[in-house]
Amino acid sequence: MTSELNRRRFLLQAGTGISTAWIAANWPSVLSAATHAHQAAKSTVPPKLEFFTPEQAVEIEAISARVIPTDETPGAHEAGVVYFIDRALLTFASDAQPIYNIGFPTLQGRVNELFPAIGKFSSATPDQQDQVLHSFAPAAGMKPRAFGALPPEPDFFEIVRQHTIIGFLIDPDTRGDSHGYGWKLIGREREHMFQSPFGFYDKDYPGWQPLPKATETK
Amino acid sequence: MTPDQPKFKTSEEVDFCIIGSGAAGGILAKELSANGFRVVVLEQGAYLTEADFTHDEIKVLNEDLLTNHPKLQPNTFRKTPQDKATPQRALVYGRMVGGTSVHFTANFWRFHEIDFIERSKVGAIPGTNFADWPIKYADLEPYYTKVEWEIGVSGLAGASPFDPPRSKPYPMPPLPVKSSGVIFERAARKLGWNPFPAPMAILSQQYKGRSACVNCGFCLGFGCEVGAKSTSLSTAIRMAEKTGRCEIRPNAYVHRIETNASGRVTGAVYFDEKRNAHLQKAKAVIVCANGAETPRLLLLSANKQFPNGLANSSGFVGKNLMLNSSAVSVGVFDQPLNDYKGFAVSRVLHDFYELDSQKVGFYGGGGLDARFDITPISFALGGLPPGTPGWGKDFKSALSHNFTRTMEIFSHGTSLPVEDNSFSLDPDLKDAWGLPALRMTYKDHPDDLKLANWLNQRALELLDAAGVQQKWTLPITEQQFAVHLLGTCRLGNDPKSSVVNADHRAHDVRNLFLCDGSSLVTSGRGQPTMTIEALAFRAADRITALAKRGDLNP
Repeated sequence: MTSELNRRRFLLQAGTGISTAWIAANWPSVLSAATHAHQAAKSTVPPKLEFFTPEQAVEIEAISARVIPTDETPGAHEAGVVYFIDRALLTFASDAQPIYNIGFPTLQGRVNELFPAIGKFSSATPDQQDQVLHSFAPAAGMKPRAFGALPPEPDFFEIVRQHTIIGFLIDPDTRGDSHGYGWKLIGREREHMFQSPFGFYDKDYPGWQPLPKATETK
Repeated sequence: MTPDQPKFKTSEEVDFCIIGSGAAGGILAKELSANGFRVVVLEQGAYLTEADFTHDEIKVLNEDLLTNHPKLQPNTFRKTPQDKATPQRALVYGRMVGGTSVHFTANFWRFHEIDFIERSKVGAIPGTNFADWPIKYADLEPYYTKVEWEIGVSGLAGASPFDPPRSKPYPMPPLPVKSSGVIFERAARKLGWNPFPAPMAILSQQYKGRSACVNCGFCLGFGCEVGAKSTSLSTAIRMAEKTGRCEIRPNAYVHRIETNASGRVTGAVYFDEKRNAHLQKAKAVIVCANGAETPRLLLLSANKQFPNGLANSSGFVGKNLMLNSSAVSVGVFDQPLNDYKGFAVSRVLHDFYELDSQKVGFYGGGGLDARFDITPISFALGGLPPGTPGWGKDFKSALSHNFTRTMEIFSHGTSLPVEDNSFSLDPDLKDAWGLPALRMTYKDHPDDLKLANWLNQRALELLDAAGVQQKWTLPITEQQFAVHLLGTCRLGNDPKSSVVNADHRAHDVRNLFLCDGSSLVTSGRGQPTMTIEALAFRAADRITALAKRGDLNP
């Protein structure tokens, strides 16, 4: 919000993402949550949970680990995303507390319904976990929105998904996971000063060559 | 804040009180103080400097350092006057010293000659207040040049065959090309189009003691820590302060312009940081608060003498809002572009600036640019191709592959001035100070949407010509979110159909001037800041001339 947060960025993000308007409206206190995750990832001592019970944290961590799984590269688990979400629910995402509060029994209900023998979501196999998560509303496919279109009301899994992504990709050098797993995954270098050439296509650019004359294309 | 600033008492009648320190307010402050006048600039936001800026997107956004805060200043939206407006974040603008220029993209096209005379050429368009400007491109050309040289713009004169005439080249070469720019340039040329290096208000080399761009990638949405972005803060405000006759007063939220029995303004009433109200007296007031807050302030200043709002005998205050039509197509390429590095845009084309409405079947025109300006989180939440899973192994894999390989073609186009499209005062919702909130009413003219679709088809052709691996378009629908805030107190010679005259003087109030995005009569093809700044330089000359000949005296 721009842009936008800013001008075009607001527009673009409002159009392409969760909506920057949402992010802008909900960033307040993300700082605090991210710092918490940052410290959690750096520390060898398990950080204190402030919103979740230990049992709930296990379930959230299990969900976030399906959102950004650990494979050959680290995922949400290694990035300590659950601690980010825990703090987020006391700060910028406090409005989402009811969604989580209702979500836990809903999650349990889905598990009981689909896999009665398992007990907890976190005890299920990854395939079973995915089946449970797919049972939530049509969440989580990429559906580009028009400029300024409002995001739909998120359900429990959708909000956990969003919070997981935010916690995973926040700037690692200031607020996010200090290992920088998220930025490493997407190929975003951590430096903040660059010189051209920047990428593959501009590395052999010969310099600006004017065309002989204008081409009328109207 | 520099130590050169004077500190004026509110009871002291200064020559000019300028409301807003953004693109226009900064330049007016600089010019008028340099011309010998005593100036107070009242800015609702804080006074931040380069030392306060950071690449920490959380801190910037968390603390809403740079923009209007939806919780402090909520607003409502409706499509038509017949609808009930509902709370919705509908606009964004910079809320700090320097205003929106601090966090803008810094695309800095000049408007073309056609923009000022298009109504005469095209004719009336039903359902609109489409009009010619009271000035022409030639009147503004010296001021465009002044912006480029005083504020600092990178570019290459003559690179676009469609550029309007200019009296001087750019003061410095264009910024380096990005991979998105190379892809754009090669594909456009294959199609017979004429791409050119983007004119940007970002320094490609050191200039007037300011640093060149370091390509950090935190440009759009952020303040520039090295001062390479040519914002009002990094340029005009600093120059104004050096005159020793200009006070920048931050955290001053103006909510009323006072008038006397003669119908002249006497000053501006504002809340300070502690929400105490003050009246800053002034011989004349210049409102540069942006295309939303300027009309809001005039409407908030209604009194018995001006029951419909100050300077609103035309009824046009807040009306004819234009946002610029837009479309975005996204492409994924085989190799890494790494377009997250650097400024947003390095190549533009203007081949479609002036379309033949008889041929295409609608009014309009626009430009295309190549860019990538999505931050990692937003990219993950919405920047992947449609149909990509939003979680799981394939999601992670797509994130890993696409972030460095994605670019966008942004189409920027005209908006038509429709009277119902407006900013007004919401009858129910209040801001944190108890003042009526902004209500935005907006429904794109059908031609604006046709144009956006037409331009986007060209963007898709370009991506195909570039050998894109995968491409898609964001849905083109009616806009509900405003960034460019244009036309809401427009210039004109006729007091019945405009709010200010060609000198930016309110038709109804002799010592009240308005200059910002609200002044625009037509929308141009996007990128309005350059024109807003040229208008401000010109307005400063006109106002200075009026003041020096005693025309502003009681």
